[in-house]
Amino acid sequence: MGFLSNVSWSPYVVGAGIGVLSWLTFLLSDKAIGCSTAFARTSGMLRKLFGGGRAVKENAYYSKVAPVIDWEWMLVLGILLGSALSALLSGDFHLRVVPPLWAAEFGPSPLLRIAAAFAGGIFTGFGARWAGGCTSGHGISGTMQLTLSSWIAAICFFIGGIAAAWLLYGAPGQGGV
Amino acid sequence: MLSALHGRRRLQLVLGLVTGIIFGFLLQKGGVTRFSVIIGQLRLVDFTVVKVMLSAVVVGSLGIHALHSLKLTNLHPKPDAVRAAVVGGLLFGIGFAVMGYCPGTLVGAVGNGYLDALAGGTGVILGAGLFASVYSKLTRRKFIVPRQKAKTIPELLGINRWIAVLAASILIVLLLWWLDHQGF
Repeated sequence: MGFLSNVSWSPYVVGAGIGVLSWLTFLLSDKAIGCSTAFARTSGMLRKLFGGGRAVKENAYYSKVAPVIDWEWMLVLGILLGSALSALLSGDFHLRVVPPLWAAEFGPSPLLRIAAAFAGGIFTGFGARWAGGCTSGHGISGTMQLTLSSWIAAICFFIGGIAAAWLLYGAPGQGGV
Repeated sequence: MLSALHGRRRLQLVLGLVTGIIFGFLLQKGGVTRFSVIIGQLRLVDFTVVKVMLSAVVVGSLGIHALHSLKLTNLHPKPDAVRAAVVGGLLFGIGFAVMGYCPGTLVGAVGNGYLDALAGGTGVILGAGLFASVYSKLTRRKFIVPRQKAKTIPELLGINRWIAVLAASILIVLLLWWLDHQGF
């Protein structure tokens, strides 16, 4: 079982593993892997917790995406545990706030990095819900079902991402990482 | 279909958790919980993200369509909202590059000890909540049209589903081979 403690696996092996995992979720749970809906549900749960129960009840989106813990919410929780398990087994667990690549470009300030991650997160959450899915729901699960909107969304994730990375880090394809 | 199993709510929550643990384990082993790998992909210098995604698509697609042909599962294509996919997709992409994680990999990044992803996750919750707040405005003004019927590429082209699955798989394998050949 030594392979479980390797720091990294071939991306093709990892991808194939996610593919097989998808067979199981369709078969055993009648569900496709996705992540961003769980964040929308969490937003509704937090609003209820902080006195927004009535607004949540009257909101058309939360009547579609109810603020409850479901299969997908548990899946997102599982990602946290699975990733931590993998990192701890291979000694690849490192507590840090500022990624070295970010520090090289924008300096070591944790505050700037936290602000950027937070702002980027807002765009990501808003965009994922507008598009109806994220890199997993559209990008992997939707494209494997050959869904038209998922292929378009996945391509737009990368167009937007490559353009923004160009502005932040310079022209694509140049320099190492 | 295993409808009896699908109806067992508590068991399904456990299955969701187990699925997530395996998914998170795989994401971490694939390196995609790392900021540098995501940014490397968007800068087109490291193709790990594309390799993981496309191999998942090929393997997944062959299996789920086989299960579907054997009447062992339903498919769940998302609604055919092409305009929303473009607008939302581009907004998502901008956030993807600034945050350096996506909603799934940010959770994996937190598990990896990368605490900036916690700020990212808080942002994603806020962004999703903002979307919920403006959702009825967006639908009223027809920026988003709910409940459109899902359309798949074989339906659009009017071809047999399996021909599309096999053609897509071959094209993806050729693309991956080409990327590898280019030294990525």
